[in-house]
Amino acid sequence: MRGYFDCFREEISTNGTTLAYKYSMALAGLLFVFYVLMHMYGNLKILWGAEAFNGYAHHLRILGEPILPYEGFLWLFRLLLLAALFVHVGLALPLWSRANKARSTRYVVKRTVRATFASKMMRWGGVALLAFIVFHLLQFTILKFNVGSGQFPDTVVDPTTHETIANPYPLVVSSFQVWWVVLIYALAMFALAMHLRHGVWSAGQTLGLTGTPAKARAWNLAGIAIAAIVSIGFIVPPLAILFGLVGK
Amino acid sequence: MSDNLIHGLYREGEPIQDPKAPSGPIETRWTRRKFEAKLVNPANRRKLSVIIVGTGLAGGAAAATLGEAGYHVKSFCYQDSPRRAHSIAAQGGINAAKNYKEDGDSVYRLFYDTVKGGDYRSRESNVYRLAEVSCNIIDQCVAQGVPFAREYGGLLDNRSFGGVQVSRTFYARGQTGQQLLIGAYQALERQVASGAVEMFTRHEMLELVMVDGRARGIIARDMLTGEIETHLADAVVLASGGYGNVFFLSTNAMGCNVTATWRAHRKGALFGNPCYTQIHPTCIPQHGDKQSKLTLMSESLRNDGRIWVPKRAEDCDKDPRQIPEEDRDYYLERIYPSFGNLVPRDIASRQAKNMCDEGRGVGPAIAEMGPDGVERQVRRGVYLDFAEAIDRMGLDTVKAKYGNLFDMYLRITGENPYETPMRIYPAVHYTMGGLWVDYDLSSNIPGLFVTGEANFSDHGANRLGASALMQGLSDGYFVLPNTIRDYLASGPYPKVTSEDPAVADAERSVRDRINHFLTCNGTRTVDSIHKELGAIMWEYCGMSRTEEGLKKAIGLIRNVKQEFWTNVRVLGGADELNQSLEKAGRVADLIELGELMCIDALHRRESCGGHFREESQTEDGEALRHDDEYAYVAAWEFGGDDGAPTLHKEPLVYEFIELKQRSYK
Amino acid sequence: MRITLNVHRQAGPSAPGHMETYQLDDVTPDMSFLEMLDVLNENLQDDGQEPIAFDSDCREGICGTCGMVINGQPHGPEVTTTCQLHMRSFRDGDTITVEPWRADAFPVLRDLVVDRTAFDRIIQAGGFISVNTGSAPEAHSVPVPKPQADRAFEAATCIGCGACVAACPNAAGMLFMGAKVTHLGELPQGQPERWSRVIDMVKAHDAEGFGGCTNIGECAAACPKEIPLDVISQLNADYRKARSKVKD
Repeated sequence: MRGYFDCFREEISTNGTTLAYKYSMALAGLLFVFYVLMHMYGNLKILWGAEAFNGYAHHLRILGEPILPYEGFLWLFRLLLLAALFVHVGLALPLWSRANKARSTRYVVKRTVRATFASKMMRWGGVALLAFIVFHLLQFTILKFNVGSGQFPDTVVDPTTHETIANPYPLVVSSFQVWWVVLIYALAMFALAMHLRHGVWSAGQTLGLTGTPAKARAWNLAGIAIAAIVSIGFIVPPLAILFGLVGK
Repeated sequence: MSDNLIHGLYREGEPIQDPKAPSGPIETRWTRRKFEAKLVNPANRRKLSVIIVGTGLAGGAAAATLGEAGYHVKSFCYQDSPRRAHSIAAQGGINAAKNYKEDGDSVYRLFYDTVKGGDYRSRESNVYRLAEVSCNIIDQCVAQGVPFAREYGGLLDNRSFGGVQVSRTFYARGQTGQQLLIGAYQALERQVASGAVEMFTRHEMLELVMVDGRARGIIARDMLTGEIETHLADAVVLASGGYGNVFFLSTNAMGCNVTATWRAHRKGALFGNPCYTQIHPTCIPQHGDKQSKLTLMSESLRNDGRIWVPKRAEDCDKDPRQIPEEDRDYYLERIYPSFGNLVPRDIASRQAKNMCDEGRGVGPAIAEMGPDGVERQVRRGVYLDFAEAIDRMGLDTVKAKYGNLFDMYLRITGENPYETPMRIYPAVHYTMGGLWVDYDLSSNIPGLFVTGEANFSDHGANRLGASALMQGLSDGYFVLPNTIRDYLASGPYPKVTSEDPAVADAERSVRDRINHFLTCNGTRTVDSIHKELGAIMWEYCGMSRTEEGLKKAIGLIRNVKQEFWTNVRVLGGADELNQSLEKAGRVADLIELGELMCIDALHRRESCGGHFREESQTEDGEALRHDDEYAYVAAWEFGGDDGAPTLHKEPLVYEFIELKQRSYK
Repeated sequence: MRITLNVHRQAGPSAPGHMETYQLDDVTPDMSFLEMLDVLNENLQDDGQEPIAFDSDCREGICGTCGMVINGQPHGPEVTTTCQLHMRSFRDGDTITVEPWRADAFPVLRDLVVDRTAFDRIIQAGGFISVNTGSAPEAHSVPVPKPQADRAFEAATCIGCGACVAACPNAAGMLFMGAKVTHLGELPQGQPERWSRVIDMVKAHDAEGFGGCTNIGECAAACPKEIPLDVISQLNADYRKARSKVKD
């Protein structure tokens, strides 16, 4: 029996069926689901102040030491995410174009019955999320620019261990004190919620894990629950900062 | 010349015999025929070609089987896919003498029941073979993945059907025909994929090609491009179904037609028993004069529903729930106390007609032509009441048993049958008649085989419930593939090209006919003339027939024919998808068939099965056969466009079953 | 009833299409939708105009021949086939838009008639059990547990009308294919070819130019036989398993 990924590789390189594309998208998508849950969990640390937040960031950097070098895990994970992004977007685009070609003449009148708003938003919502991810990475990972005021050091000395550790806290707090930044994030989280709400269900269905009505219901509920948890979990810290509950 | 004509309509020719009729013990006849039929070397089969017209159970199964065997098959259907053939609409089930219920069933009993059900007008040998093969059909279909109903133990379920006393009917909810057809369709598509079968969808056969006295091909029209194509082969099989659409309104599909078999009849193939028509008692009544077809509901409804009409005509437009018990006439229970609502189809149908003719029908009054040829308004419907069944069995049980039928009724009529009684009325459902064939399913034209509803064999004057599917698949899977090899073994037949004068003539006649329709430029649409024909047939050649009525009908049909050929209007062109043109060709042939049906009905002055002559009934108004005079197959020879048909009688000999008059009192 | 109809007219496969408006005054609520079109066609022919071409055959909802998109919904506002739709589902004075199935895999042939032979070719690719006539074992030799038999039956009720494709925003044929894969895959008789069947059918589906599924569910909502969406899940699961079992 051959491995799972061999099959996909073969599929994409030789057959390129829509189903193979969709499996790959679903798997990449589920990786993102796992990732955003972790990311959200980390973000919530900011509610406990600079020490907790910076400490969490530091731990991500030393995860796996000493087998892995400093930031080793982080970079491996970033590479994995980047690869997943290429797969997810890189396969979504040909499927999108295929769907357009599959109905080159549109209906004069078309009424949908069961389609949810979320399911209709998948493609353009995905594009919006991609734009947001670029903005988000530039803001906090690559350029670390501050739309608010002030400059902050990249590192700080941990008061208890006296180690030099990462210092994302002041940039985050300063950024989310700007109302339009929070607004951008709120909109992005709405788009993310919609994408997850259909995406989780869709991944379950695409992977063939929804074969009974009970399982289908479970995956559908999982989509709703994850969408709600992730979007709320992500937007609580910016709102808390904007309204001055954190970072004073 | 016309002085010799009987009734001024037809002449009688020499009697005929089935040249392939087997003899000896009935149990071994089919085995021996299979042994005696010549074999074809597997290496030679690819060089032998067979054209099959129609992809229903009989045609689709035959095409798949002959393809598997290695012959070169060309399969034709007028629909956009072979899966759409009207076999798909059969609801009830398929009989087989498996005796899984250990209730005394056997091949012999199925044989006996079918001959009796056919009112002793079928051939013993054919029917015995049908019963014998029935068991193989179930095996074959199960192996193909046909999802028959099963019991909790995982084995197949059976039910009793159509008033027989054993449970031998296999079923797939109310969609048995669909499931069997999909099985045959998948087997056929598998052969298409393998290259053994060439599939021609949206192709309509318009003429039979005969060369040197043999059937050698067909002229077909590509319904998309209008191209007239010639297809040649070593043998031609017609599996084109029945001709119930001669009545315009029937339970047949819109496209069902007689053209394939009628064109063959015009070229010399005998037409057997055209007047035998099965009328199904439990259909949804007509709602108005714009109705295009009728819908059947399973006969099983009569197991628990009670049929009645108001005792007084003035109650007919009342809400049925307001009519008290004492003002209702449960006429079947009254007339047939022992069988009640479960009397055979033809009796239930005829009594419904009688009640409506008396003016006690219910539902909307609809304009129709009366026996005097004058238009009148008649309510055509009787109540099928489940109020008592709901009281007795409870709403849930009724729902579980009949829910899907009630839903269908609700959808079509907009009335809720749980609250008000359903209205039903008989409708034309199946035609037992068809091209005459011998034991090998070969017509009298060498090389022309006919299977399924398109032939006349097996059902006699009336068909038992759940036997149509059995016959179609028996012919298609098991009988034809074994008998046609005897003919093919003498092939390949001399090569014919499309330049052959016989081929060119056939093609020209098809073009001329199409050209006539398109240039006639009259004032009547094809449908309006078809409706007129249907009204005449239904009134005079429907559930009950009289000499006077049939003679009148023949005159009226001749007028319709005249009107059609001089005053039809078909718009559009020949070289495109043109549905009016397609219908025109079909109606032209249905008109000619209608006349022959009336002549056949007129000549058979007895009542048997699906043919009721008012002149031949008992004192109680029951059908009365005359075995001494009419125990024969009426095989009609075409007499030319202006000539009269010739009747050839094939005597029916009963060696095993004793002829009895039936009684349902 | 008085009805205004907006109907797609197209003279042939390569001719341009356009919408045409017709008035019909003598419609009764008990008429079926197709009988209403019959009446319109009789009127058109009486006026010397060519009738509207549309497919229909059994007119009792089982053959799958009929199908048109009515006011933006395949087979119209009820869950049934077009032939079983009645005018009582509309109101006096309504305007009804009637279009053909729109999918490039189902090219328009004329007016409302489309070419659905792509479905036949998908079946040819593997939608069967290879058993030659006469080679079948005794029917009772293989019991089928009732739940499987029932599920196979439910999937087998597909009439191949193509409403799923017409409704799908991607013009995918997944519900049709899923129904067949489930019907044959649930039965013991279908096991020997189970894995090759699904691979071959998916390849054929993609080659016909259908779009990819995005699990929106419009197909199941439009299906006149109410084939459930979970047959697509079974298709996906079987395809996934098949890819690791079958070597081309």
